[in-house]
Amino acid sequence: MLLRVEDLHKRYGKEEVLKGVSLFLDRGETKVIIGPSGTGKSTLLRCLNRLAEPDQGRIWLEDREITSPKVNINLIRAQIGFVFQDFNLFTHLTALDNVRLGLLRVRRLSKKEATARAMRELERVGLADKAQAYPAELSGGQQQRVSIARVLAMDPKLILFDEPTSALDPELIGEVLTVMEDLAKSGMTMLVVTHEMGFARRVADEIIFMEKGVIVEQGPPEQLFRSPKHPRTAEFLRHIADLYGGER
Amino acid sequence: MEGEALGGLPRFWPLTWEHWLRVWTRLPPLLEGLSVNLALLGGLLAVGFVLGVLVAILEVYAPRPLRILAFVYAWVFRSIPEILLLLLLWFGPAQFGVRISPFTAAVLALGLRSSAYQAEIFRASLQAIPVGQTLAARALGLSRLGAIRFVLLPQALRLSLAGWGNEFAVVLKDTTLAYAIGVVEVMRQARYIGSREFPLTLPAFLLVALLFLLVTYAGLFLLGKAERKLRIPGLEARR
Repeated sequence: MLLRVEDLHKRYGKEEVLKGVSLFLDRGETKVIIGPSGTGKSTLLRCLNRLAEPDQGRIWLEDREITSPKVNINLIRAQIGFVFQDFNLFTHLTALDNVRLGLLRVRRLSKKEATARAMRELERVGLADKAQAYPAELSGGQQQRVSIARVLAMDPKLILFDEPTSALDPELIGEVLTVMEDLAKSGMTMLVVTHEMGFARRVADEIIFMEKGVIVEQGPPEQLFRSPKHPRTAEFLRHIADLYGGER
Repeated sequence: MEGEALGGLPRFWPLTWEHWLRVWTRLPPLLEGLSVNLALLGGLLAVGFVLGVLVAILEVYAPRPLRILAFVYAWVFRSIPEILLLLLLWFGPAQFGVRISPFTAAVLALGLRSSAYQAEIFRASLQAIPVGQTLAARALGLSRLGAIRFVLLPQALRLSLAGWGNEFAVVLKDTTLAYAIGVVEVMRQARYIGSREFPLTLPAFLLVALLFLLVTYAGLFLLGKAERKLRIPGLEARR
């Protein structure tokens, strides 16, 4: 098991956002988390690399307990990629430098090695020709692909995607999903929060439906989409189909 | 001190064309004085920059006690009149048997004051950076300090350039206050000229004013150039 989460709780002030979430991920697996907004999906992802500190519960990456106070969280984070909804590329750096920063300053590679590796990852997301462009000179889809390259360059054991296409214009979503789909096929372990049901159905090994801070139901996409066990899951899927006009 | 009125109104002394022309022959000592002002400027900006960045980082990112300390620092050095700071730094160290030159005292006094103002400029810029930048840096595995050093500070310093140019223009003129503790800078040179030859007092002061016009213009021109050179698409627009 690559990632194991046990009974995770997180509260912001009075509101308990996560009310005991447990899940696991095997190596090479892709799981997709769906659910209404404000149900703690993003918070859950952020707890997994402790960008948000969980209040209770334990998390293991392989056999290392991430939630242990003794752990060097920076070393753990370097092994867990995180792709943000609004990309968060470093605005003062070119695409190449965005991808290189972690290699130079966290992995401490030489400039030559870092550059070669960064260029390889930019090529992988189809943006080698944009290496010298600043984020503001790239489209949203290109920015998100650079941010994926930035994560890939670190050679992560696991990548967390926090609604990676939600900030994109509809015509730019496809290019990002394609990159993600290729990644999943190449054997990357991925945990994806998204509303892209078509992507979820095609790529996920398992769908997790979350609502109000708990996992309501989980299962393989075919089963969950076709015959959800829980009425809330069925209702949510109907709602999403209305909103997005069926699957993409 | 022939011709100089001390403790009273200046004497009437009709200036002639000859005086206005002759003052130009005193340009060399004035330029020599001005070079001292520029040295003071370089020193105080360097002291102010290093301490200012440090104080700004403490104000924004440090734990509460240090943050309060940084705010108190900024408050103190923005509140005390500069002339008083100069005198304190000039007479103060001697109390402890430390002897520093008037030049050093001036660099320290003006530098400390400038650091407080520069800290405010950098603090505002640091706070203007979206939190996502920090999150992305930390998610990569950078430490808090690493995130500040490689992501936040480089952005903040660029955002600060305009405000910093303003501070530059202010402290450039403040270097003349070093006159008060005996630094032989451009004002003192002008005073020397006037005390040797009283009618040249006013022309010498006006010549100093002209020199400052030129230096300020040149400085702001260079800063503007630097700002354009360092411009990054999308970074400044966000402000």
